[in-house]
Amino acid sequence: MSTAKLRSAADDPAWVKAAVIGVAVLFVAAMLVAPLATVFTQALAKGLGASLQALHDPDALAAIRLTLTTAALAVPINAAFGLCASWAIAKHEFAGKSLLITLIDLPFSVSPVVAGLSYVLVFGLQGWLGPWLEARGIKIIFATPGIVLATVFVTFPFIARELIPLMQAQGTDEEEAAVSLGASGLTTFFRVTAPNIRWGLLYGVLLCNARAMGEFGAVSVVSGHIRGVTDTMPLHVEILYNEYDFVGAFSVAALLCLLAVVTLGLKALLERLQPQTGERGH
Amino acid sequence: MARDLVRPAIAVGLDGVRKRFGRFAALDGVDLEIEPGELLALLGPSGSGKTTLLRILAGLDFPDSGQVRFDRRDVTFAHAAQRGVGFVFQQYALFRHMSVARNIAFGLDVKRRRDRPTAAERKVRVDALLNLVELQGLGGRYPSQLSGGQRQRVALARALAVEPQILLLDEPFGALDAAVRKSLRRELRRIHDATGLTTVFVTHDQEEALDLADRIAILNRGCIEQLGRPLDVLDRPASAFVAGFVGQANRIAGQVRQGRFHVAGADLAAPGVADGAALAFVRPDQFRPVADGEAGLEARLERVIPRGPALWLDCVAPDGQVLEAAVSRADAAKLPAAGSSIRLALTGGHVFPEN
Repeated sequence: MSTAKLRSAADDPAWVKAAVIGVAVLFVAAMLVAPLATVFTQALAKGLGASLQALHDPDALAAIRLTLTTAALAVPINAAFGLCASWAIAKHEFAGKSLLITLIDLPFSVSPVVAGLSYVLVFGLQGWLGPWLEARGIKIIFATPGIVLATVFVTFPFIARELIPLMQAQGTDEEEAAVSLGASGLTTFFRVTAPNIRWGLLYGVLLCNARAMGEFGAVSVVSGHIRGVTDTMPLHVEILYNEYDFVGAFSVAALLCLLAVVTLGLKALLERLQPQTGERGH
Repeated sequence: MARDLVRPAIAVGLDGVRKRFGRFAALDGVDLEIEPGELLALLGPSGSGKTTLLRILAGLDFPDSGQVRFDRRDVTFAHAAQRGVGFVFQQYALFRHMSVARNIAFGLDVKRRRDRPTAAERKVRVDALLNLVELQGLGGRYPSQLSGGQRQRVALARALAVEPQILLLDEPFGALDAAVRKSLRRELRRIHDATGLTTVFVTHDQEEALDLADRIAILNRGCIEQLGRPLDVLDRPASAFVAGFVGQANRIAGQVRQGRFHVAGADLAAPGVADGAALAFVRPDQFRPVADGEAGLEARLERVIPRGPALWLDCVAPDGQVLEAAVSRADAAKLPAAGSSIRLALTGGHVFPEN
């Protein structure tokens, strides 16, 4: 309650409120806003021109292209698998269901470097499938396929995690109703299930995309750091930074930040657009 | 008008239907013949298998063994989409992202092109159904903008839109408050009579079943204990379970000797019941307060509660058993004061051997 007369017992004294809000704001400012601001000031230290020029460097352009390609492949793959997994988990009972739920969370708990290493062990030259792949001229490790695979692994939980609770909360009643009204499985999915989860799905896709573009650890292991060929934007930032090219490093970093900010902006917009008559995932 | 909305009523048959979930036998051999155009209630406590039975009729679940027939057609394993049933879910299951009109039209919209009515025909049908369930003018609303009773009507209209062969309702009034429940009950009876559809509904509320149904199937532990008209079930319960479940009967333990049930101070005819321990099920209206000295159960009158046209007497027997009796208001003057003793003669009841 805003007026003093209607204050409830749960209300804290004004100074407590001020202190709590102050701590939260200070923390966010110090830990999140300040570093982000530094990225942009460093990028622009020698003027906008120098910064843009750094982005025009062929290696930087190649890194941007590779990052966008990777996200463009990894996000749809994870959207498809995330939909399948959450559909299976939320709407059906089967043996091993809790194991599947645990496995979906695995990428969250495993260090990305370990994930990258395991791909090297499977697909690398000395790995299980290495000789077989090499005999057929297929290159996965130190090439784009490896980078996409590592990104898919790391970003796998985002969409599934977003959809499972939503689909569980919605239950199977509406699907059963659709089936009893004569709808086929596909019709039921596209007319009933999909519209009910579209906002949650979009939200998961955005988060997944943000992480796919920013992933460093797993990609770093499988990429091999070949400039202009297997460097993604985060990897390129590190290389430039280690070469003391601060304007270059921070310019690419700033671009990554901008992509992230656009993603978060879209997410906020989505939350506003969500119709009141529809489902409320968040 | 409403009769044009549906095809002629069909008979439904179940033969030896069994269904297990893990170790739990939800249905343990159910045989049931449902007459064309009948309004049948499946009544039973929770876990008695009534919802499973309804879902098997709908094709949303399939039996482990046994057969389901629509007229003479075997539909045991026919998928819900092919079966032609209208199913009304307990929580309505309306499509929340569609307007009321789109909800009702759904079953028509998803038909194959050559079977699908034209847009104009669909609109006429939706309007006719909105009229039938008395929701004229609400076609543009969304489910979240409707009251519980209105949602229930939309669910009903949506189920009727596909010209179902039978109409199935799962606890149709379970989520509604008492007043709405009563008016919707009458509504369902009206719609059933208007459409002439074979209709089956599930309920755990005996009053609802007695009020609404042509016949009642009483389920207990996956079996049908009794199938009969409301008065048959009330007046001629087939088992101790039925006698205890319907009619709010008092359960009185006693002894049967030579065809009569005896309990402290009172007795009751028990034709055909073997001598030995027995249970009498006595409805509240089968007690009559009598003067001291006449045959009757001795008890203390705790409270007198006015309930509709009757007075309910909360009584406690000397052994601590609570007895509920009902008398007409006209008899109020003859009652002893609350707290004093009362004598209750048994004017009827059903006796079953205790086992």
